[in-house]
Amino acid sequence: MVNVPPNHPLAIDPHSPVHKVEIMLSMILRTGVIASLAIIVAGTIVRFAHHHDYLDSRTQLEDLRTSQSFPHSLKAVIDGVRQDRSDAIVAVGLLLLIVTPVIRVAVSIVAFAYQRDFTFVVLTAFVLGMLILSFLLGRAGG
Amino acid sequence: MTPLEFTLLAFVLSIAAGFVGSLLGLGGGIIVIPALTLLLHVNIRFAIGASIISVIATSSGAAAAYVREHMSNLRVAMFLEIATTTGAISGAYLSGHIRPAALFLIFGTVMALSALQMLRHNERDSTAPVPPDRIADHLRLHDRYYDPNTGQVVAYRVTHSGLGLILMYLAGGVSGLLGVGSGAMKVLAMDLAMRLPFKVSTATSNFMIGVTAAASAGVYFARGDINPFIAAPVAAGVLGGALAGSHLLGRIDSARVRGFFIVVLLIIAAEMLYRGYASW
Repeated sequence: MVNVPPNHPLAIDPHSPVHKVEIMLSMILRTGVIASLAIIVAGTIVRFAHHHDYLDSRTQLEDLRTSQSFPHSLKAVIDGVRQDRSDAIVAVGLLLLIVTPVIRVAVSIVAFAYQRDFTFVVLTAFVLGMLILSFLLGRAGG
Repeated sequence: MTPLEFTLLAFVLSIAAGFVGSLLGLGGGIIVIPALTLLLHVNIRFAIGASIISVIATSSGAAAAYVREHMSNLRVAMFLEIATTTGAISGAYLSGHIRPAALFLIFGTVMALSALQMLRHNERDSTAPVPPDRIADHLRLHDRYYDPNTGQVVAYRVTHSGLGLILMYLAGGVSGLLGVGSGAMKVLAMDLAMRLPFKVSTATSNFMIGVTAAASAGVYFARGDINPFIAAPVAAGVLGGALAGSHLLGRIDSARVRGFFIVVLLIIAAEMLYRGYASW
Protein backbone atom coordinates (compact mmCIF):
# COMPACT_ATOMS: atom_id res chain seq x y z
CA MET A 1 0.00 0.00 0.00
CA VAL A 2 1.89 3.05 -1.21
CA ASN A 3 0.02 6.17 -0.24
CA VAL A 4 2.11 8.65 -2.21
CA PRO A 5 0.08 9.99 -5.12
CA PRO A 6 1.93 9.11 -8.33
CA ASN A 7 1.67 12.66 -9.70
CA HIS A 8 3.28 14.20 -6.63
CA PRO A 9 6.49 16.10 -7.52
CA LEU A 10 8.44 14.41 -4.74
CA ALA A 11 6.77 10.99 -5.05
CA ILE A 12 9.11 8.20 -4.07
CA ASP A 13 10.12 6.43 -7.27
CA PRO A 14 8.77 2.84 -7.20
CA HIS A 15 11.48 1.76 -9.64
CA SER A 16 14.37 3.04 -7.54
CA PRO A 17 16.58 0.29 -6.06
CA VAL A 18 15.89 1.64 -2.55
CA HIS A 19 12.16 1.23 -2.97
CA LYS A 20 12.60 -2.25 -4.45
CA VAL A 21 14.44 -3.25 -1.27
CA GLU A 22 11.65 -1.77 0.85
CA ILE A 23 9.01 -3.74 -1.05
CA MET A 24 11.06 -6.92 -0.66
CA LEU A 25 11.59 -6.46 3.10
CA SER A 26 7.91 -5.61 3.50
CA MET A 27 6.98 -8.83 1.66
CA ILE A 28 9.25 -10.88 3.96
CA LEU A 29 7.71 -9.40 7.09
CA ARG A 30 4.16 -9.80 5.75
CA THR A 31 4.73 -13.41 4.63
CA GLY A 32 6.34 -14.33 7.98
CA VAL A 33 3.51 -12.71 9.91
CA ILE A 34 0.67 -14.26 7.89
CA ALA A 35 2.24 -17.74 7.86
CA SER A 36 2.91 -17.74 11.61
CA LEU A 37 -0.56 -16.37 12.33
CA ALA A 38 -2.12 -19.19 10.23
CA ILE A 39 -0.09 -21.86 12.06
CA ILE A 40 -0.86 -20.41 15.51
CA VAL A 41 -4.60 -20.27 14.74
CA ALA A 42 -4.49 -23.83 13.34
CA GLY A 43 -2.75 -25.08 16.49
CA THR A 44 -5.33 -23.35 18.67
CA ILE A 45 -8.20 -24.93 16.70
CA VAL A 46 -6.55 -28.36 17.09
CA ARG A 47 -6.27 -27.74 20.86
CA PHE A 48 -9.97 -27.05 21.26
CA ALA A 49 -10.93 -29.85 18.84
CA HIS A 50 -8.97 -32.38 20.94
CA HIS A 51 -10.39 -31.11 24.23
CA HIS A 52 -14.11 -30.37 24.00
CA ASP A 53 -14.15 -29.83 27.78
CA TYR A 54 -12.01 -26.67 27.27
CA LEU A 55 -15.14 -24.97 25.98
CA ASP A 56 -17.20 -25.23 29.19
CA SER A 57 -15.12 -26.70 32.03
CA ARG A 58 -13.75 -24.25 34.58
CA THR A 59 -11.39 -26.72 36.24
CA GLN A 60 -8.79 -27.01 33.46
CA LEU A 61 -7.59 -23.42 33.25
CA GLU A 62 -5.26 -23.41 36.28
CA ASP A 63 -3.36 -26.39 34.87
CA LEU A 64 -3.02 -24.81 31.39
CA ARG A 65 -1.95 -21.48 32.87
CA THR A 66 0.88 -22.93 34.97
CA SER A 67 1.81 -26.09 33.04
CA GLN A 68 5.50 -26.50 32.18
CA SER A 69 4.93 -29.55 29.99
CA PHE A 70 4.91 -27.75 26.63
CA PRO A 71 7.77 -28.34 24.13
CA HIS A 72 10.60 -25.79 24.32
CA SER A 73 13.40 -27.34 22.33
CA LEU A 74 13.56 -27.81 18.57
CA LYS A 75 13.53 -31.60 18.94
CA ALA A 76 10.53 -31.59 21.27
CA VAL A 77 8.65 -29.31 18.85
CA ILE A 78 9.33 -31.60 15.87
CA ASP A 79 8.38 -34.73 17.84
CA GLY A 80 5.25 -32.97 19.09
CA VAL A 81 4.12 -31.99 15.59
CA ARG A 82 4.52 -35.63 14.48
CA GLN A 83 2.20 -36.65 17.33
CA ASP A 84 -0.31 -33.96 16.35
CA ARG A 85 0.20 -32.08 19.66
CA SER A 86 -1.47 -28.66 19.56
CA ASP A 87 1.24 -27.09 21.77
CA ALA A 88 3.89 -28.11 19.27
CA ILE A 89 1.92 -26.73 16.29
CA VAL A 90 1.54 -23.36 18.06
CA ALA A 91 5.27 -23.46 18.93
CA VAL A 92 6.12 -23.83 15.22
CA GLY A 93 4.14 -20.65 14.53
CA LEU A 94 5.84 -18.82 17.42
CA LEU A 95 9.30 -19.91 16.23
CA LEU A 96 8.50 -18.72 12.72
CA LEU A 97 7.46 -15.37 14.20
CA ILE A 98 10.77 -15.17 16.13
CA VAL A 99 12.96 -15.92 13.08
CA THR A 100 11.12 -13.50 10.75
CA PRO A 101 13.16 -10.43 11.89
CA VAL A 102 16.34 -12.51 11.62
CA ILE A 103 15.51 -13.44 8.01
CA ARG A 104 14.78 -9.75 7.38
CA VAL A 105 18.31 -8.83 8.56
CA ALA A 106 19.91 -11.59 6.46
CA VAL A 107 18.09 -10.48 3.31
CA SER A 108 19.08 -6.85 3.98
CA ILE A 109 22.76 -7.85 3.70
CA VAL A 110 22.14 -9.21 0.21
CA ALA A 111 20.12 -6.12 -0.70
CA PHE A 112 22.88 -3.71 0.38
CA ALA A 113 25.47 -5.80 -1.49
CA TYR A 114 23.28 -5.57 -4.60
CA GLN A 115 23.24 -1.77 -4.18
CA ARG A 116 27.06 -1.87 -3.79
CA ASP A 117 26.70 -0.16 -0.39
CA PHE A 118 29.48 -2.04 1.35
CA THR A 119 29.50 0.05 4.54
CA PHE A 120 25.95 -1.14 5.19
CA VAL A 121 26.80 -4.71 4.17
CA VAL A 122 29.35 -4.71 7.01
CA LEU A 123 26.99 -3.00 9.49
CA THR A 124 24.13 -5.40 8.74
CA ALA A 125 26.39 -8.46 8.77
CA PHE A 126 27.53 -7.37 12.26
CA VAL A 127 23.87 -7.22 13.39
CA LEU A 128 23.22 -10.72 11.99
CA GLY A 129 26.39 -11.95 13.75
CA MET A 130 25.14 -10.55 17.07
CA LEU A 131 21.74 -12.21 16.56
CA ILE A 132 23.36 -15.58 15.85
CA LEU A 133 25.66 -15.10 18.87
CA SER A 134 22.63 -14.40 21.08
CA PHE A 135 20.93 -17.60 19.92
CA LEU A 136 24.12 -19.59 20.59
CA LEU A 137 24.57 -17.98 24.04
CA GLY A 138 20.90 -18.64 24.75
CA ARG A 139 21.29 -22.33 23.99
CA ALA A 140 24.43 -22.55 26.11
CA GLY A 141 22.84 -20.65 29.00
CA GLY A 142 19.29 -21.98 28.74
CA MET B 1 -13.09 -18.99 33.60
CA THR B 2 -12.97 -21.68 30.92
CA PRO B 3 -9.88 -22.11 28.71
CA LEU B 4 -11.94 -20.78 25.77
CA GLU B 5 -12.90 -17.63 27.69
CA PHE B 6 -9.26 -17.12 28.69
CA THR B 7 -8.14 -17.44 25.06
CA LEU B 8 -10.77 -14.99 23.79
CA LEU B 9 -10.10 -12.43 26.54
CA ALA B 10 -6.31 -12.59 26.03
CA PHE B 11 -6.93 -12.18 22.28
CA VAL B 12 -9.10 -9.06 22.68
CA LEU B 13 -6.73 -7.39 25.19
CA SER B 14 -3.80 -8.10 22.85
CA ILE B 15 -5.55 -6.37 19.94
CA ALA B 16 -5.40 -3.17 22.02
CA ALA B 17 -1.71 -3.79 22.79
CA GLY B 18 -0.85 -4.27 19.13
CA PHE B 19 -2.83 -1.22 18.11
CA VAL B 20 -1.19 1.14 20.62
CA GLY B 21 2.24 -0.41 20.09
CA SER B 22 2.15 -0.01 16.31
CA LEU B 23 1.14 3.67 16.57
CA LEU B 24 3.76 4.58 19.17
CA GLY B 25 6.70 2.34 18.22
CA LEU B 26 6.38 0.27 21.40
CA GLY B 27 6.17 -3.48 21.81
CA GLY B 28 2.91 -3.49 23.72
CA GLY B 29 4.47 -5.05 26.84
CA ILE B 30 3.08 -2.09 28.77
CA ILE B 31 -0.42 -3.49 28.12
CA VAL B 32 0.30 -7.22 27.77
CA ILE B 33 2.17 -7.72 31.07
CA PRO B 34 -0.39 -6.04 33.39
CA ALA B 35 -3.32 -7.54 31.43
CA LEU B 36 -1.94 -11.06 31.77
CA THR B 37 -0.76 -10.82 35.38
CA LEU B 38 -3.51 -8.70 36.93
CA LEU B 39 -6.60 -9.66 34.90
CA LEU B 40 -5.81 -13.19 33.77
CA HIS B 41 -3.64 -14.27 36.75
CA VAL B 42 -0.74 -15.51 34.64
CA ASN B 43 2.58 -15.69 36.52
CA ILE B 44 5.15 -13.01 35.69
CA ARG B 45 7.52 -15.45 33.98
CA PHE B 46 4.97 -16.52 31.34
CA ALA B 47 3.71 -12.93 31.07
CA ILE B 48 7.21 -11.69 30.14
CA GLY B 49 7.59 -14.59 27.70
CA ALA B 50 4.30 -13.64 26.02
CA SER B 51 5.32 -9.98 26.02
CA ILE B 52 8.52 -10.78 24.06
CA ILE B 53 6.29 -12.51 21.49
CA SER B 54 4.04 -9.44 21.48
CA VAL B 55 7.02 -7.16 20.71
CA ILE B 56 8.04 -9.26 17.70
CA ALA B 57 4.45 -9.52 16.47
CA THR B 58 3.91 -5.73 16.75
CA SER B 59 7.19 -5.04 14.99
CA SER B 60 6.74 -7.33 11.99
CA GLY B 61 3.01 -6.63 11.70
CA ALA B 62 3.42 -2.85 11.68
CA ALA B 63 6.76 -2.55 9.90
CA ALA B 64 5.44 -4.49 6.90
CA ALA B 65 3.35 -1.39 6.16
CA TYR B 66 5.80 1.30 7.40
CA VAL B 67 8.73 0.01 5.34
CA ARG B 68 6.65 -0.13 2.19
CA GLU B 69 5.34 3.40 2.73
CA HIS B 70 8.87 4.71 3.35
CA MET B 71 7.83 5.85 6.84
CA SER B 72 10.58 3.79 8.54
CA ASN B 73 14.11 5.01 7.87
CA LEU B 74 15.85 1.73 6.99
CA ARG B 75 19.38 3.13 7.06
CA VAL B 76 18.93 4.73 10.48
CA ALA B 77 17.37 1.46 11.73
CA MET B 78 20.18 -0.77 10.46
CA PHE B 79 22.84 1.64 11.78
CA LEU B 80 21.28 1.73 15.26
CA GLU B 81 20.66 -2.03 15.37
CA ILE B 82 24.43 -2.48 15.82
CA ALA B 83 24.00 -0.89 19.25
CA THR B 84 20.64 -2.42 20.23
CA THR B 85 21.71 -6.02 19.54
CA THR B 86 25.06 -5.53 21.32
CA GLY B 87 23.20 -3.91 24.21
CA ALA B 88 20.66 -6.75 24.36
CA ILE B 89 23.42 -9.34 24.66
CA SER B 90 25.23 -7.28 27.33
CA GLY B 91 21.96 -6.92 29.24
CA ALA B 92 21.18 -10.64 29.10
CA TYR B 93 24.76 -11.37 30.24
CA LEU B 94 24.53 -8.90 33.14
CA SER B 95 21.14 -10.12 34.38
CA GLY B 96 21.67 -11.94 37.63
CA HIS B 97 24.57 -9.61 38.50
CA ILE B 98 22.50 -6.43 38.74
CA ARG B 99 19.53 -5.73 40.99
CA PRO B 100 16.52 -5.09 38.71
CA ALA B 101 14.91 -2.92 41.42
CA ALA B 102 17.61 -0.26 41.10
CA LEU B 103 17.35 -0.31 37.30
CA PHE B 104 13.57 0.04 37.40
CA LEU B 105 13.96 3.13 39.62
CA ILE B 106 16.72 4.66 37.46
CA PHE B 107 14.98 4.14 34.13
CA GLY B 108 11.55 4.99 35.51
CA THR B 109 13.05 8.35 36.49
CA VAL B 110 14.77 8.74 33.10
CA MET B 111 11.49 8.10 31.28
CA ALA B 112 9.54 10.54 33.46
CA LEU B 113 12.16 13.27 32.85
CA SER B 114 12.18 12.49 29.12
CA ALA B 115 8.40 12.89 29.00
CA LEU B 116 8.75 16.36 30.55
CA GLN B 117 11.52 17.20 28.06
CA MET B 118 9.24 16.11 25.20
CA LEU B 119 6.45 18.34 26.54
CA ARG B 120 8.76 21.39 26.51
CA HIS B 121 9.71 20.75 22.89
CA ASN B 122 6.20 19.94 21.75
CA GLU B 123 5.92 22.94 19.46
CA ARG B 124 9.23 22.15 17.75
CA ASP B 125 9.18 22.51 14.00
CA SER B 126 10.49 19.29 12.47
CA THR B 127 11.95 21.21 9.52
CA ALA B 128 14.05 23.50 11.77
CA PRO B 129 17.78 23.26 10.98
CA VAL B 130 19.70 20.70 13.04
CA PRO B 131 23.41 20.66 13.98
CA PRO B 132 25.59 19.07 11.28
CA ASP B 133 26.57 15.43 11.82
CA ARG B 134 29.41 13.85 9.85
CA ILE B 135 28.39 10.25 10.63
CA ALA B 136 24.88 10.92 9.30
CA ASP B 137 26.32 12.61 6.19
CA HIS B 138 28.76 9.77 5.55
CA LEU B 139 26.14 7.02 6.02
CA ARG B 140 23.52 9.04 4.09
CA LEU B 141 20.97 8.79 6.89
CA HIS B 142 19.05 11.94 5.87
CA ASP B 143 15.80 11.17 4.11
CA ARG B 144 12.27 12.33 3.44
CA TYR B 145 8.86 10.84 4.05
CA TYR B 146 5.34 11.36 2.81
CA ASP B 147 2.79 12.39 5.44
CA PRO B 148 -0.71 11.43 4.19
CA ASN B 149 -2.25 13.57 6.96
CA THR B 150 -0.85 16.83 5.55
CA GLY B 151 -0.39 15.54 1.99
CA GLN B 152 3.22 16.73 2.04
CA VAL B 153 6.62 15.18 1.50
CA VAL B 154 8.79 16.18 4.46
CA ALA B 155 12.57 16.22 4.05
CA TYR B 156 14.52 15.79 7.30
CA ARG B 157 18.15 15.70 8.42
CA VAL B 158 19.50 13.34 11.08
CA THR B 159 21.82 14.63 13.81
CA HIS B 160 23.75 13.39 16.90
CA SER B 161 24.14 9.85 15.47
CA GLY B 162 26.92 9.06 17.96
CA LEU B 163 24.74 9.97 20.93
CA GLY B 164 21.88 8.00 19.33
CA LEU B 165 24.15 4.94 19.15
CA ILE B 166 25.02 5.20 22.87
CA LEU B 167 21.35 5.62 23.85
CA MET B 168 20.42 2.61 21.69
CA TYR B 169 23.06 0.51 23.44
CA LEU B 170 21.44 1.46 26.76
CA ALA B 171 17.95 0.77 25.34
CA GLY B 172 19.08 -2.69 24.18
CA GLY B 173 20.70 -3.37 27.55
CA VAL B 174 17.65 -2.30 29.52
CA SER B 175 15.32 -4.44 27.45
CA GLY B 176 17.68 -7.39 27.84
CA LEU B 177 17.71 -6.89 31.62
CA LEU B 178 14.15 -5.82 32.37
CA GLY B 179 12.20 -7.12 29.38
CA VAL B 180 10.42 -3.76 29.04
CA GLY B 181 10.96 -0.24 27.79
CA SER B 182 13.04 -0.89 24.70
CA GLY B 183 10.58 0.69 22.23
CA ALA B 184 9.96 3.76 24.38
CA MET B 185 13.70 4.41 24.75
CA LYS B 186 14.26 3.99 21.01
CA VAL B 187 11.55 6.51 20.14
CA LEU B 188 12.94 8.93 22.74
CA ALA B 189 16.49 8.66 21.38
CA MET B 190 15.34 9.26 17.80
CA ASP B 191 13.01 12.10 18.73
CA LEU B 192 15.02 14.01 21.36
CA ALA B 193 18.62 13.28 20.29
CA MET B 194 18.57 12.52 16.57
CA ARG B 195 15.67 14.88 15.82
CA LEU B 196 13.77 12.59 13.43
CA PRO B 197 10.14 13.56 12.67
CA PHE B 198 7.91 11.88 15.24
CA LYS B 199 6.11 9.51 12.85
CA VAL B 200 9.46 8.45 11.39
CA SER B 201 10.73 7.79 14.95
CA THR B 202 7.80 5.51 15.86
CA ALA B 203 7.81 3.73 12.47
CA THR B 204 11.60 3.20 12.66
CA SER B 205 11.37 2.02 16.27
CA ASN B 206 8.66 -0.44 15.21
CA PHE B 207 10.96 -1.79 12.51
CA MET B 208 13.83 -2.20 15.03
CA ILE B 209 12.17 -3.65 18.16
CA GLY B 210 11.55 -7.02 16.47
CA VAL B 211 15.27 -7.55 15.98
CA THR B 212 16.13 -6.57 19.57
CA ALA B 213 13.39 -8.87 20.89
CA ALA B 214 14.40 -11.74 18.59
CA ALA B 215 17.87 -11.54 20.19
CA SER B 216 16.36 -12.45 23.56
CA ALA B 217 13.37 -14.54 22.38
CA GLY B 218 15.61 -17.54 21.65
CA VAL B 219 16.78 -17.55 25.27
CA TYR B 220 13.24 -17.25 26.63
CA PHE B 221 11.98 -20.03 24.35
CA ALA B 222 14.77 -22.45 25.30
CA ARG B 223 14.23 -21.67 28.99
CA GLY B 224 10.56 -22.67 28.68
CA ASP B 225 9.20 -19.18 29.41
CA ILE B 226 7.05 -19.02 26.27
CA ASN B 227 3.89 -20.99 27.09
CA PRO B 228 2.02 -21.71 23.81
CA PHE B 229 -1.41 -21.65 25.49
CA ILE B 230 -0.79 -18.06 26.67
CA ALA B 231 1.38 -16.80 23.79
CA ALA B 232 -0.98 -17.99 21.01
CA PRO B 233 -3.91 -15.59 21.66
CA VAL B 234 -1.41 -12.80 22.46
CA ALA B 235 0.44 -13.24 19.16
CA ALA B 236 -2.78 -13.45 17.12
CA GLY B 237 -4.41 -10.44 18.83
CA VAL B 238 -1.29 -8.26 18.67
CA LEU B 239 -0.83 -9.00 14.96
CA GLY B 240 -4.42 -7.98 14.25
CA GLY B 241 -4.07 -4.78 16.29
CA ALA B 242 -0.73 -3.90 14.70
CA LEU B 243 -2.05 -4.35 11.16
CA ALA B 244 -4.95 -2.00 11.96
CA GLY B 245 -2.76 0.56 13.76
CA SER B 246 -0.16 0.69 11.01
CA HIS B 247 -2.83 1.80 8.53
CA LEU B 248 -3.93 4.60 10.85
CA LEU B 249 -0.57 6.21 11.78
CA GLY B 250 -0.11 7.94 8.44
CA ARG B 251 -3.52 9.55 8.57
CA ILE B 252 -3.41 11.14 12.01
CA ASP B 253 -1.78 14.38 13.07
CA SER B 254 1.87 14.04 14.23
CA ALA B 255 1.37 16.33 17.25
CA ARG B 256 -1.53 14.16 18.41
CA VAL B 257 0.53 10.94 18.14
CA ARG B 258 3.34 12.67 20.03
CA GLY B 259 0.94 13.79 22.78
CA PHE B 260 -0.43 10.25 23.10
CA PHE B 261 3.15 8.96 23.33
CA ILE B 262 3.96 11.36 26.19
CA VAL B 263 0.91 10.11 28.15
CA VAL B 264 1.89 6.46 27.61
CA LEU B 265 5.51 7.30 28.49
CA LEU B 266 4.38 8.69 31.86
CA ILE B 267 2.37 5.49 32.47
CA ILE B 268 5.43 3.35 31.63
CA ALA B 269 7.56 5.49 33.97
CA ALA B 270 5.02 5.09 36.78
CA GLU B 271 4.86 1.33 36.21
CA MET B 272 8.68 1.03 36.27
CA LEU B 273 8.99 3.17 39.41
CA TYR B 274 6.28 1.09 41.08
CA ARG B 275 7.98 -2.20 40.19
CA GLY B 276 11.31 -0.83 41.45
CA TYR B 277 9.70 0.36 44.69
CA ALA B 278 7.75 -2.90 45.19
CA SER B 279 10.80 -5.13 44.75
CA TRP B 280 13.29 -2.92 46.63
